[in-house]
Amino acid sequence: MSVDKATVRRIAKLARIALPEERVEPMMGELNGILGWIEQLQEVNVEGVEPMTSVVAQELRMRDDVVTTGGDAAAIVANAPRSEDNFFVVPKVLE
Amino acid sequence: MSERGARLIKGATGEWEIVIGMEVHAQVLSNAKLFSGAATTFGAEPNSQVSFVDAAMPGMLPVINRKCVEQAIRTGLGLKATINHRSVFDRKNYFYPDLPAGYQISQYKQPIVGAGEVTIDLPNGESRRVGIERLHLEQDAGKSLHDQHPDYSYVDLNRAGVALMEIVTKPHMRGSEEAAAFLRKLRAIVRYLGTCDGNMDEGSMRADVNVSVCRIGGYDKFRETGELKHLGIRCEIKNVNSMRFIAQAVEYEARRQVDILESGGTIAQETRLFDARAGETRSMRSKEEAHDYRYFPDPDLLPLEIDQAWIDEIARSLPELPDEKKARLMAAGLSAYDAAVLVAEKETADYFEAMVAEGVEAKAAANWLNNEYFGRLNKAGLTVTTGPVTPAQHAAILEMVASNIISGKIAKDVLDIVWQEGGDPRAHVEARGLRQVTDTSAIEAAVDAVIAANPDKVEEAKKKPKLAAWFVGQVMKETRGKANPQAVNAIVNDRLGIADGG
Amino acid sequence: MSEPTEFTLAEARDAVRAKKISSADLTKAFLSAVESARALNAFVTETPERALDMAKESDARIARDEARPLEGLPLAIKDLFCTKGVRTTAGSHILGNFVPPYESTVTQNLWDAGAVMLGKTNMDEFAMGSSNETSHFKPVINPWRARNSNQNLVPGGSSGGSAAAVSGSLCLAATGTDTGGSIRQPAAVAGIVGMKPTYGRCSRWGIVAFASSLDQAGPMTRTVRDAAILLRHMASVDEKDSTSVDLPVPDYEATLGSGVKGLRIGIPTEYRIDGAPPEIDALWAKGAEWLKAQGAEIIEVSLPHTKYALPAYYIVAPAEASSNLARYDGVRYGHRAAGTQDLTELYEKSRAEGFGPEVRRRILIGTYVLSAGYYDAYYLRAQKIRTLIKRDFEQAFEACDVLLTPATPGPAFALGEKSNNPISMYLNDVFTVTVNLAGLPAISVPAGLTANGLPLGLQIIGKAFDEATVLRAGRSIEVAANFSAKPQKWWTA
Ligand SMILES: [Mg+2]
Ligand SMILES: [Zn+2]
Repeated sequence: MSVDKATVRRIAKLARIALPEERVEPMMGELNGILGWIEQLQEVNVEGVEPMTSVVAQELRMRDDVVTTGGDAAAIVANAPRSEDNFFVVPKVLE
Repeated sequence: MSERGARLIKGATGEWEIVIGMEVHAQVLSNAKLFSGAATTFGAEPNSQVSFVDAAMPGMLPVINRKCVEQAIRTGLGLKATINHRSVFDRKNYFYPDLPAGYQISQYKQPIVGAGEVTIDLPNGESRRVGIERLHLEQDAGKSLHDQHPDYSYVDLNRAGVALMEIVTKPHMRGSEEAAAFLRKLRAIVRYLGTCDGNMDEGSMRADVNVSVCRIGGYDKFRETGELKHLGIRCEIKNVNSMRFIAQAVEYEARRQVDILESGGTIAQETRLFDARAGETRSMRSKEEAHDYRYFPDPDLLPLEIDQAWIDEIARSLPELPDEKKARLMAAGLSAYDAAVLVAEKETADYFEAMVAEGVEAKAAANWLNNEYFGRLNKAGLTVTTGPVTPAQHAAILEMVASNIISGKIAKDVLDIVWQEGGDPRAHVEARGLRQVTDTSAIEAAVDAVIAANPDKVEEAKKKPKLAAWFVGQVMKETRGKANPQAVNAIVNDRLGIADGG
Repeated sequence: MSEPTEFTLAEARDAVRAKKISSADLTKAFLSAVESARALNAFVTETPERALDMAKESDARIARDEARPLEGLPLAIKDLFCTKGVRTTAGSHILGNFVPPYESTVTQNLWDAGAVMLGKTNMDEFAMGSSNETSHFKPVINPWRARNSNQNLVPGGSSGGSAAAVSGSLCLAATGTDTGGSIRQPAAVAGIVGMKPTYGRCSRWGIVAFASSLDQAGPMTRTVRDAAILLRHMASVDEKDSTSVDLPVPDYEATLGSGVKGLRIGIPTEYRIDGAPPEIDALWAKGAEWLKAQGAEIIEVSLPHTKYALPAYYIVAPAEASSNLARYDGVRYGHRAAGTQDLTELYEKSRAEGFGPEVRRRILIGTYVLSAGYYDAYYLRAQKIRTLIKRDFEQAFEACDVLLTPATPGPAFALGEKSNNPISMYLNDVFTVTVNLAGLPAISVPAGLTANGLPLGLQIIGKAFDEATVLRAGRSIEVAANFSAKPQKWWTA
């Protein structure tokens, strides 16, 4: 499988990474280089093989239902490029 | 409108049926969030209930809250559903400012709860079963405020990461009444279970409604075969956050679809937004376009394994649910209507049960509440939880009636006094001298006095025994209602020479 | 006594505890070494004041006879570990001046054991790279140079700063993280010991995530003993990491000297790859002979799916990364592009400006392989191949106790030599990546020099949670190889 320019644009959009038009074609080449190399996986017979869902065989540990954190809004927004009254601030989202 | 009328739409080319499925997001009642130790209470200061995990700081990892899992299992059992011994958390990837990690942890292919059902009670007294497709656990998003500034949106992550149960029904509802009845019943069930507070105003319960229309008979074919092709193409209406809006949204949407189909168009499967102000649904297609959620199992979590012993333990702790309670009350002699009214709201049921626990016989308690108290509450715009009278006060009043201390009529007066002034009903009865007069000689004297004062009426009554009631009324008036009415009756009949029960 | 900066971690521990040198003096020696080695660009952030404060506290504890296991020992920390109050960059521009309000579990464990932090080491951006050239903070230079050459070489990656810091005697030891070989590969080409423990052995909490199902922290040290010591104090079960494993952490140092007598050493046939330099094969054969001479049994084993490991990795790792890196959006922390009009533009520009080319490329690959219609063919298939790779190892371990393989397909290479060809860069991890896919422990031990004097390593791979045997076998290689070469300190000149 290989990607075309429209697909590259679509993926970049999905990933929210600006891709100037002049970079689309070179990126297509880079991605197709990698995808072409990955293609060899198609020759492996994976019939009846379960995908790996957890690397370690153990049960999912659970936490107790107790409040252990919070109450420090200032620490939450401390690294924010823009904040006001402990809210994060972003350009207006149009509904 | 009859049930049948509610689900049929008349078009120019014939009649159409409405078919409805729902996806309900119910906020899990828990102290802490699904994957973090931050609090879940409503209305806190911005970002004050946010952990570094909820804010998706680098290197932060989710750890699941056992209580949330338990609540999902409990809800599943309440929906008579299969609990899956193994389920998987997936990431649903998309960008939005109130989704800090850029993905929502949800369950996609393997939910914690599988198929179940809910019995809905329709206004005409009929019941219908609505299939539940699945229930899965997922994180709530934060909140963006758009009206604080002309150019900026403000993001508060207090709600981000709160546990939600997404409950998906089969397309088994056939009109807005059924959809509303479903939501009411689901809400009652989760509130009985204590797994969600059902507070729609605070967003603890939010419904998306899937609406499609098909020609008459399509639905039955679908139920016979299970094949969706017999149904029309559905649109998902988001943001239907009150019972009232459900009816409006469904009616509007079904009519819109019929109009399109009848003019030769096709329905686009899409997400639509209900605009409560305009009472109409609007396409959200522009937002949908780029969505490709790229679900994959969250590698920060392991599969959720639930053993049968835990499920059994939760099952043992399940409370009596509305349907079972209703059946029990009917077995105790209540009418289907009275029983339905009492079980519909958890608070009402609890209130009723508290009266029974105080020793009031079930039927007497039901009659008293339905006939006396609920009407007063309604008129005053109050509910059982906000109203002024406690179950114990009701029980004290009814106990006095049962032991002939006061009459049924005085009981109503006592209720009014307690409503106004509070306090112990027995004390009010004593203080105001409302005790029923059961002393026969006092009643005889009163009866004789009335007879002596009205010789002409006595003659009349001998011919027309029905006039005895007039004498009883006069005696009750003389005694200011305190005479025992049965005793008065008997003595009046005796003096007038009328056979008992005449 | 040698120069304090040439101490092993074990030697320094003993000297500090015996009060032969104070932690403050030891720390000062390293701080001045760090200062005079800026040409290597091993550190992104130096924390001398904090180091001296910590050293002072250590000396006070030692004076009170309250020394903890790593009391007063100066370490370097890969800049992927979040350190409370100290800027953490992950080698990326997108984290901007991010200062974590929390401390990673692994580093907290180290501080609780008494260690001293010298600073944060440079690395490939988000740990994506094998040469340290993708760092936003410029490449790290390998302390090693080929004989009679003054060409700058890469230190490997992604833990290249940590490798250079240990190799150049700028710290006693360092932390690294290994997603596809990012500890072992730089360790091998910088002539030091590097170990990736079993997945789940060290908590991932507070380590900036690259690929969650592969990432694992581990020690980078001068000796195998030092790795044993450091690992013990990095590892712990952590209630904050659902994938960390609740097993006791053994005293690895205690069993280190047990030797390999009677141990069955597997030699995986499929690790013989075409085009590998003859020196690699020769060293590998020598390694087998060394172990055999110490009483081990050498067995040929087969890991049939080995060749699919690297391509499978380049599906799984970018897929997970594309999701893990979605949080870098310019909203809550990190770089935000200036002058954007709407939210989408803010996202797209902040991320395009904030991520370097390799990271952008991997995010796009990862996004693609998870996207509608491609998930089954790529991601799901790769995860199935992981199962097969894990199964290969399980079968091999029925016949042997550990595996012996080369650590890298070659020695350190020149800056820029491979940066225009992603796949040739990816091939640096060909011997290390299988271990990450299967979640196993492995160590790289310096074992020899190339003809022109550059270090090479051998790798020991073990069964899950059997780090003790891996370290034992690693120690046997170390004893036999008697590797004592050191880089010339050309950078201080
Ligand atoms: Mg949904
Ligand atoms: Zn949902």
